[in-house]
Amino acid sequence: MEPALAVLVGILVAASVYLMLAGNLLKFLFGLVLLSNAANLTIFTAGRLTRAEPPLIAGDLTAPAGIVANALPQALVLTAIVIGFGLLAFALVLVYRGYHALGTLDADRMREAEPEARPEARPEARPEDQLVAQPEGGPGS
Amino acid sequence: MSWLLALPILLPIATGILTFLLRYRRGTSRWLSIGGCLALLGASVWLMAVVWRQDLLAAQMGGWPAPFGITLVADLLSAVMVLITAVTGLAVAVYGLADIDERQEALGYHALFHVLLAGVCGAFLTGDLFNLYVWFEVMLIASFGLLVLGQSKAQLDGGIKYVTLNLVSTVMLLTGIGLLYGLTGTLNLADLHLAVGQVENQGLLTVIAVLFIVAFGIKAAVFPLFFWLPASYHTPAVAVSAVFAGLLTKVGVYALIRMFTLVFTQDLAFTHGLLLVIAALTMITGVLGAAAQGEFRKILSFHIVSQIGYMILGLALYTPLALLGAVFYLVHHIIVKANLFLISGVAKRLTGSFELAAIGGLYKSSPLLAVLFLVPAFSLAGFPPLSGFWAKFLLIKASLEIEAYLVAGIALAVGLLTVFSMTKIWAEAFWKPHPAGVAPALSGLGGRERAALLLPVLTLALLTVTIGLAPEPFVAFAERAAGQLLDPTLYVQAVLGDGT
Repeated sequence: MEPALAVLVGILVAASVYLMLAGNLLKFLFGLVLLSNAANLTIFTAGRLTRAEPPLIAGDLTAPAGIVANALPQALVLTAIVIGFGLLAFALVLVYRGYHALGTLDADRMREAEPEARPEARPEARPEDQLVAQPEGGPGS
Repeated sequence: MSWLLALPILLPIATGILTFLLRYRRGTSRWLSIGGCLALLGASVWLMAVVWRQDLLAAQMGGWPAPFGITLVADLLSAVMVLITAVTGLAVAVYGLADIDERQEALGYHALFHVLLAGVCGAFLTGDLFNLYVWFEVMLIASFGLLVLGQSKAQLDGGIKYVTLNLVSTVMLLTGIGLLYGLTGTLNLADLHLAVGQVENQGLLTVIAVLFIVAFGIKAAVFPLFFWLPASYHTPAVAVSAVFAGLLTKVGVYALIRMFTLVFTQDLAFTHGLLLVIAALTMITGVLGAAAQGEFRKILSFHIVSQIGYMILGLALYTPLALLGAVFYLVHHIIVKANLFLISGVAKRLTGSFELAAIGGLYKSSPLLAVLFLVPAFSLAGFPPLSGFWAKFLLIKASLEIEAYLVAGIALAVGLLTVFSMTKIWAEAFWKPHPAGVAPALSGLGGRERAALLLPVLTLALLTVTIGLAPEPFVAFAERAAGQLLDPTLYVQAVLGDGT
């Protein structure tokens, strides 16, 4: 079971890296979701996987009798899911607000905080910028 | 004594909740915020005094014995970081009285600010790796809120870059923690110190160590992972950027120091060698980036990056003197950097802009501000009678001692280039006449406003001068702290008890 999950984690990470490098913020966020799921699965797998073996300890013992999955990583994953959910909700709203304010989801064209060198310094960059700017248009009102 | 360890976390959280509930009562929440900061300062001084006497203080939360429960530990490094957090917090809270507008306060500025302080203190005090992750998250979510408070276009733009890259670092950290737990079966830092020695496959540990370098490296803004910092730190309110500049990246540096002295010390040649390369490149790129900028806070932001390099250098050299230098540098840097951001805010208030090309004339019309700028600026560059000189001196001496001449040379050259960009700010903002002919005087501000803006600046500048003129007690302190870092037996004993 572990190898299968390891491969799954690998696929998830590969997909998320592909999405995050796309340069589009919405794709980046989807990539982030996949990446955090991959991290959660990693922790889950690291805690050993057993089938139908509840980690219960019989009354007079101090440790479980057979080999059971470690319950702690599952608790960690639970915490991580909750935190990740909160952060992701914030990030989604932030990107949405950013899209409305800046009119683009293309990370390369978000230059409000770091404006490019002044037009007179790089005149050749201007017309190209406008060409790219046209097809996508502004945000829906 | 366990409550004393929890106080620096509980006090800001309590203040945060109260100020959130009272956020529409402007006067009450402001004084609550100042009161909360004073209480935090008191608690951290007390904690410092106790730790100074006893070397270490550890407590198990919820009565679960270590390594099963969550441990809070304060060694000298943690205690001094909490203390300096409280000092910076108070200075920024006072400054915020004149800097944060009513709308931002109604949106919950005070609450977010105190939750941020709680997250920072929690990260410094925890002795549990997963708990460290949780405190990082608390700190991050509060900083997200503070950064975009007000929602100007530039803030949203900077905020998006800050948030997305920090989220990636968070996931990396989580993955690293999961893998380390899978390998060792423990999350308690003291227990990890013992457990990593018993891991059969030491190569896997090194891989995980690199994962931690990347995760904490993004938070500490080291080369080549620092790009979120200069993209965002110049966008929020001045008080917010000052507390970010002072504290946030330093939590990353602290976490690196903690992990790479306590847990990942099995392959020093590789991990600390890698850190050394990172440190050198961070110093250089940061200072060169600053030289290319023409905006007050952007220059300062790039200097954070270059200064982080010095601290990592101290960790990477990994000798007693180098770690001493790193601890000294951390404390010195937090004071100086927060102060420079505060001063940039005063300059903006007087002249109307952060763009150096558009301002000027401060030297003639407000000489007091000019003096107050010179102190932290020269300290940052490492001029002799100020704290930065001793910090750089210790680190460069440490690198010469182990014949690392190249990094010593880089550290010196970067110091020189720092002077260059400080001179640029000086010449542009202070010396040249204001392009619009404005004579920006401090007396133009209201009396209360002036006090709130200048008192923190003055206090932090005095601290810098004090450390500079009487460095001996501070160096002696840093020496003790570095000794504890290099020999963690006491730390392990205090956390796990005498049974081990």
